[in-house]
Amino acid sequence: MSAAISIRGVSKKFRLQHERYMSLKERVINIGHKSYDDLWALRDVSFDIEEGTTYGLMGHNGSGKSTLLKLVGGILQPSEGEIITKGRIAALLELGAGMQQDLTGRENIFLNGAILGLSQKELTKRFDEIVAFSELDKFIDTQVRFYSSGMYVRLGFAIAVNVDPDILLVDEVLAVGDELFQRKCMERVKQFQREGRTIVVVSHSADQVRAIASAAAVLNQGELLFKGQTSDAIRAFREKLYSGSGEAAPEEKVDTDSSAGVITTSDKNRIAQNQDPELNTKHKAIEIVEAGFSNPDETSSNKIHTGGPLQARINWKTNVDEVQDVNFSIEVFDSSANLVFEAFTRDSCSGNVKGTGTTLFLWDEIPLADGKYVANISITSLDGGIVYDWQEQVQSFEVTNNFKTLGTLHLRCHSEIVLD
Amino acid sequence: MSKESFTKVVKPRSSVRSRVIEIWRYRELLIGMTRKELKVKYKNSILGFFWTMLNPALYIVIFWLVFTRFIPNGIPEFVIFFASGLLVWNLFVNSLNGATSSVVANAGIVKKVYFPREILPLSAVGASIVHFLLQVSVLVTMLVVFQHNIDWSLIWLLPLSLVTLIIFVSSLGILLSAVNVYARDMQHLLELILLAWFWITPVVYYTRELPKEGFVGIIASIIRANPMSAIILPFQRVIYNNETVTSTVDNKSIIQILPDESVLWYAKNLGITLGFSLILFYFAMRFFDSAQGNFAEEL
Repeated sequence: MSAAISIRGVSKKFRLQHERYMSLKERVINIGHKSYDDLWALRDVSFDIEEGTTYGLMGHNGSGKSTLLKLVGGILQPSEGEIITKGRIAALLELGAGMQQDLTGRENIFLNGAILGLSQKELTKRFDEIVAFSELDKFIDTQVRFYSSGMYVRLGFAIAVNVDPDILLVDEVLAVGDELFQRKCMERVKQFQREGRTIVVVSHSADQVRAIASAAAVLNQGELLFKGQTSDAIRAFREKLYSGSGEAAPEEKVDTDSSAGVITTSDKNRIAQNQDPELNTKHKAIEIVEAGFSNPDETSSNKIHTGGPLQARINWKTNVDEVQDVNFSIEVFDSSANLVFEAFTRDSCSGNVKGTGTTLFLWDEIPLADGKYVANISITSLDGGIVYDWQEQVQSFEVTNNFKTLGTLHLRCHSEIVLD
Repeated sequence: MSKESFTKVVKPRSSVRSRVIEIWRYRELLIGMTRKELKVKYKNSILGFFWTMLNPALYIVIFWLVFTRFIPNGIPEFVIFFASGLLVWNLFVNSLNGATSSVVANAGIVKKVYFPREILPLSAVGASIVHFLLQVSVLVTMLVVFQHNIDWSLIWLLPLSLVTLIIFVSSLGILLSAVNVYARDMQHLLELILLAWFWITPVVYYTRELPKEGFVGIIASIIRANPMSAIILPFQRVIYNNETVTSTVDNKSIIQILPDESVLWYAKNLGITLGFSLILFYFAMRFFDSAQGNFAEEL
């Protein structure tokens, strides 16, 4: 296999501006004043993405992951180094961006297709497919300005996935549109995987990456921290999250804010605060002593029955006087690493704890069919900003389905046969 | 197209040659964006493309009133002389204005998708060319109404002049579109520059009898060195088709309205301007390339 994307020694420098001089006049008046500091969003990042893989790019806010994606897409240019890509690229950075308000859906399909490098001939061929996928046939000759945001997004996605890209860049946009359309998007992404196309997904959600990526890279403050198997990458990512550098470094503004690129002094203060050592001492303020799943009917067994109860237990201790606003949570995954369900305490219990204690979760009826399920257990602050402690895929439970039904769930059902 | 033809290298700088090849590869987008410019401009307007004719028509009426009725300058068929220069000037101004604001105006796509950004100023020029061709119909109508004969033997000067203008204004447009991203008041400054530029270009007046000395002499040499003079004079020469005319006022005196020069003189001036434009194009592309790395952040 050859590399579809080859990233070679790429660095990207942004200007951290104290004030932004938008006009010539201001620039002249302030000539000689250095109004910015340099900020390296990426520093000497090198790695290859093989053809046909689905690659996850993980990192905190401000780690440079979205910047890297934009560089791969050619939207930004690196300050140093180069990126070689093979094949047509379609980027889903912000769906519907690049739509011309005054043009109709039809005209936008042709214009956006041309932006993605398709000829008019190819577009004519694909036009029906795009319209069908977007489910907008009735509105295709309406100006886009009259579209609802959902319609907007549907058209954007329909164009991007139907232009036959060899490389698809996705920036946390799969969570758009209604549920039905979301599933359609996921299916299309999976179809792309089967067809051996290269997909790069940027996400700070380990679950999303686990669900679709076969390999991943972790970025931290502009540097490549780890690259390799998804599960190893997620571990590296979690470790980093745990070790604290925590929240937003500045570059996230560039990532998400549509008024991109401006980093003001207030942001800088925010960065400074985030590097405050006090934050780090908060970690491990509370830790997991022991955790596990059990069957309430047969204690000390982690084997349960479909339709039966399940209990989870977290024994914890605090290392400081009192910890406020704590959230205990459990995420349960099936064998193909799909998140099946989760539970947390933040909505139901007070989150102030001290000393030692046990947090219990009890499910009366587990409808899951046969299988082994593993869980992530974590103790975080209410908003998830601080991770105090966590266990990644250590605890598990097994389900036996005595009902002999097929499928992933066994749901209680009332059926009857009525004779006329 | 094969995958290999889509191999792309993203790096800090690329050569002008590779940029031009890239633009050529995206020529369909250039056409698409040009079409978009045209559609968007007159979308939701009742008169549509008619507006594009109204502007020069009104100009012509006003200048005709002023220079043949209020302060007569004595040029017979002044409207033909004026219109043959005005349309070319309009092409220049509309292209430059459109191109300068093009990157900022299309910030939405610049921040989200890759395509050679030079397409934006170029499509503004493209849209202005279409407007120009429509406005030519106004001129043609006038030629028919006035039964004015153009110089068919020199008609080949016109495409040469037009190509020179397009390269000149594209280069300038590419340059200014990049400048405008960093200094947004470039647009306003441009208005002033264009106002002055209009009056150092022989559209309303003729150049022959300007003094060679003193302050006015300096202005006169600027007018002669003005690339737009070299571009507009051939149009006046071919369409107005009179080097000397008899004044309609002032006791029927003879006016040398266009330079008393051979065709070669016009061609030579155009050649020099073309060469200058090509050099300008090279530097504009270099400048644009170094500036565009930060477009997505600055917008």
